[in-house]
Amino acid sequence: MDHTNFTPFLSLGGGALIGLATSILLLANGRIAGISGIYGTALTGGSGPWRWRWLFIAGLVAGGAVLFGLAPAHFAVTTDRPLWVIALAGLAVGVGTRLGSGCTSGHGVCGISRLSRRSLIATATFLVTGGITVAVARMLGGGS
Amino acid sequence: MSRRSTLPADIAAFVVGLLFAGGLVLGGMTQPAKVIAFLDVAGGAWDPSLAFVMGGAILVHAPVYAFVVRRRSQPVLQARFHVPQRRDITVPLLAGSGLFGIGWGLGGYCPGPALVSVPTLGLEALTFVGAMTVGMLLHHLIGRTPSSKPETQAPRASRADA
Repeated sequence: MDHTNFTPFLSLGGGALIGLATSILLLANGRIAGISGIYGTALTGGSGPWRWRWLFIAGLVAGGAVLFGLAPAHFAVTTDRPLWVIALAGLAVGVGTRLGSGCTSGHGVCGISRLSRRSLIATATFLVTGGITVAVARMLGGGS
Repeated sequence: MSRRSTLPADIAAFVVGLLFAGGLVLGGMTQPAKVIAFLDVAGGAWDPSLAFVMGGAILVHAPVYAFVVRRRSQPVLQARFHVPQRRDITVPLLAGSGLFGIGWGLGGYCPGPALVSVPTLGLEALTFVGAMTVGMLLHHLIGRTPSSKPETQAPRASRADA
């Protein structure tokens, strides 16, 4: 275990803040705070309201801007993975989250909190394939 | 099905985005190396921090859902709840989640932290978000997008699996 970088209390606090955010969105607006779903639907439009989705995304980005100004170390990228790998990763995440109806927030936090069987299985699946991917990348000598 | 967004609901969505960004940054999710160290269970330098992020979020959200949301027939600022009611385990669910995990492990970003990292103007974050956006649009264009109407209703009306 990596004791130097282990941040249980900070991470627990960050998680609680995320739980507060998802709770407000559900209780106030009746919406699930699944980021891939909100962003994907905002992009592709279609029926239904789009304004709150873009405002939610704007809040995410504005929050990122403020926090990057205050604490840039929290955004450190030290994976030294080549950009084509990052691009491939983004593509997989884009297609995968839409195909699988959710990501870490929608399935991992909101779905599991509702004890949704689909979300429990989805979360187990992406944790396992994520773990395998990192292990394979390590063995092939790629970053981290 | 849903009504127009009202101003209070729009403001709530923005504030929720801000809070969500704060939680992701505080929790360490905007550090791809930390994410990869979390996924690298067998790597000898496992960093379990991100399990605490998910745990902390569920610790707050699950009781709110069980004891507050489920007792209401409608949300505070909008007409109805939009909570997924599907229970079927499908091939797209498994294949999509599997593919998402591969991308997560390769890049160290999931969608939220990637979007939050856009204002850093870092090449990694911008590349990732650009590619993710293309991926979502591709899925929309190519995928059948099975009528893309996830059936949703009020939590109280459903005999949900909770």
